Amino acid sequence: MNLRKLALTASLGAVVLSSLATASAVAAEAKEQFFPALVYRTGAYAPNGTPWANGYIDYLKLVNAKGGINGVKVVFEECETGYATDRGVECYERLKGKHGGATVFQPLSTGITFALTEKAPKDKIPLITAGYGRSESSNGAVFTWNFPLLGTYWVGADVAIQYIAKQLGGVDKLKGKKIALVYHDSPYGKEPIAVLEELAKKDGFEVQLLPVAHPGVEQKATWLQIRQSRPDYVLLWGWGVMNSTALREAQATGYPRDKMLGVWWSGADPDVKDVGEGAKGYSALTLQDGADSNSKIVKDILAAVHAKGEGTGPKDEVGSILYMRGLISAMLGVEGVRKAQERYGKGKVMTGEQVRWGLENLNLDQATLDAMGFAGVMRPVQTSCLDHMGSSWVRIRTWNGKKWETTSDWFQADDKTLRPMVMLASGKYAEDKKLKPRTPEECNK
Amino acid sequence: MLYRENGQFKTSYAADQQIFPIAQDRWAIIGILVFAFVAVPLLVDEYLFRAILIPFLILSLAALGVNILVGYCGQITLGAGAFMAIGAYAAYNFHIRIEGMPLLVSLLLGGFTTAVVGIFFGIPSLRVRGLYLAVATLAAQFFTDWVFLRIPWFTDNSSSGSVSVSNLHVMGWQINNPVSKYLFCLGFLTIFALLAKNMTRSAIGRQWMAIRDMDVAAEVIGIRPLFAKLSAFAVSSFFIGTAGALWGFVHLASWEPAAFSVDRSFQLLFMVIIGGLGSIMGSFFGAAFIVILPIALNQILPVVGDLTGIEISTAGISHAELIIFGGLIVFFLIKEPHGIARLWSTGKEKLRLWPFPH
Repeated sequence: MNLRKLALTASLGAVVLSSLATASAVAAEAKEQFFPALVYRTGAYAPNGTPWANGYIDYLKLVNAKGGINGVKVVFEECETGYATDRGVECYERLKGKHGGATVFQPLSTGITFALTEKAPKDKIPLITAGYGRSESSNGAVFTWNFPLLGTYWVGADVAIQYIAKQLGGVDKLKGKKIALVYHDSPYGKEPIAVLEELAKKDGFEVQLLPVAHPGVEQKATWLQIRQSRPDYVLLWGWGVMNSTALREAQATGYPRDKMLGVWWSGADPDVKDVGEGAKGYSALTLQDGADSNSKIVKDILAAVHAKGEGTGPKDEVGSILYMRGLISAMLGVEGVRKAQERYGKGKVMTGEQVRWGLENLNLDQATLDAMGFAGVMRPVQTSCLDHMGSSWVRIRTWNGKKWETTSDWFQADDKTLRPMVMLASGKYAEDKKLKPRTPEECNK
Repeated sequence: MLYRENGQFKTSYAADQQIFPIAQDRWAIIGILVFAFVAVPLLVDEYLFRAILIPFLILSLAALGVNILVGYCGQITLGAGAFMAIGAYAAYNFHIRIEGMPLLVSLLLGGFTTAVVGIFFGIPSLRVRGLYLAVATLAAQFFTDWVFLRIPWFTDNSSSGSVSVSNLHVMGWQINNPVSKYLFCLGFLTIFALLAKNMTRSAIGRQWMAIRDMDVAAEVIGIRPLFAKLSAFAVSSFFIGTAGALWGFVHLASWEPAAFSVDRSFQLLFMVIIGGLGSIMGSFFGAAFIVILPIALNQILPVVGDLTGIEISTAGISHAELIIFGGLIVFFLIKEPHGIARLWSTGKEKLRLWPFPH
């Protein structure tokens, strides 16, 4: 085939295909609530991104198996971001208008969240960032479309210090201690620094900042520094392959794993499984309880989705920590729609603006959660127009060499420290962007 | 038959030396410009603007810059991503630190700052060349990564290291919707492309090409390598820096240093190699190839899967995208090592003879 023919066929093919693509998109327009799914199943963070995505999709399948949200079927479409911000923005643009408009975006990347925070208000689509994203976005007066439900990194940092203080026997014992933060060198890893520095000032401990470059497989220098400076505790703020690498390096340098504490993104099965015994004693925060493989919701998924051969991932993954976090994230979005339907009409398709109202008035008490099968997985969440985080229930989980064990009581973030910081940071954001924060009266419009 | 310059007589030097000496080319270019400025905003939807056209325009501008340095002056650079970052952060700092700074001035100052830094990183080119220079420019990449991650002043002490801009406007024209962003970038690209084309046709461009073809010989005939090489670095960095500022301000609106990682540098270098070294047109072809093809593949593959009844998983699509994209790069490099621009000019030669090739 000569070049001209090749070019001709290629361009003809492209035209035919693109027209087909639009045709199929038009055909799908019916009474459906569209949940776009920004996922990453490839790249350096795929081991952690994949179970999250599977949980997210499986829950949406379960909702459909149970008849939808008050009869409204859920449609979903995946788009691969590879954890890259520019691809994430492309996916957002691609999906936001499909199937009658996106309900809610959950990018599972702090970098993408930052980029979408600028775009969501114009498109009027809420962003749920359960356990990640911008910490100051819990102030709903300024960040009207962001929902860092269940917890932010500032909550994580605060609870981590609370836990360390408890281990030491009191907040006063923190004085003169040295705490190192080994973090992923991206907006994600940098989020906790502000809180740690604030607390260090207050409680008199010293923070040592040790950044690790993407993707985090090269940490020799970092751990040499730790061996030199011998911090009393190491906080791990990693993602993907960085977590298991850090644990291996800790083992190699002989840093005690029971003095290491990870954030909730550093405390899942892929992080410790391969290290096995070497990670024994390592603890991590939990976001809510998160995972309970005997909970009703897990059985529901297995019965209604996996038993029919429609499971998104492998069966034994159901109930694992990241899988359940994806599932919870999907549930929060779906419940936002359900709440919105209470006000704007049951059995109707909700717009992004209506879903925002739903998310702002979310009130999942323990009875509701238990009825949905989330007993042992989640604690109550109640949001408001000004508080977009809801609640912040955190526990500590410790790896015993074979599995995770819950080893602490419930913690909640200390509002006395965090609230002024959130107000200050969001105030600065509003000032930079020349935004007028919403007043409580505007909330119920 | 249609594309033939028979009967077009040039009666002045000006007519002989214009950018497009053939009337059909001139009309085609005017047609394309009118289409891009007038028709595209009326026809295209928001997704195409935001996800494809705006990145394409900005990266074309950056590719132009890289092409000036690599294609015209023969100095290999792996620091293009770094220069984009410098442009973006410099423009950001000018924009937020000086009250009432006009957007255009911020962007151009971003470009100028990059030019200065570019000259600095160009100094090694006076001593080392080829692959060694590539390694030296790679240092620029790692240096800027470090600077923007570690020195909080550059990111206005933002706790996460991510910065953002908003309320962009030029003399009362709000740049907030996709059409205005597109037109803004297109305006930049048109002016810069014209500048680049003319620069490469003038004395300075000929100096660059002389240095590229054989620097010793160029020196013998009286070209100063210091001036020629550093001016190429300055002009190229200016283009890349302005593109970086546009990428941050107009395309992303909120960015962190990872947006300008070493991957971006490689991407820009691939653009000019695939598009065509030493060709303005080639920069556009290369940018189109690298920006549009992966996204197009990503969208077409599931449709192909549907047609043939195979459901391809998201991960499968992503892997296939990389495989096909990589395969096409190899195909083009084997079939046409001089880049897509050469295919274009071969095509034009053929068109001149058509329909009687003998």
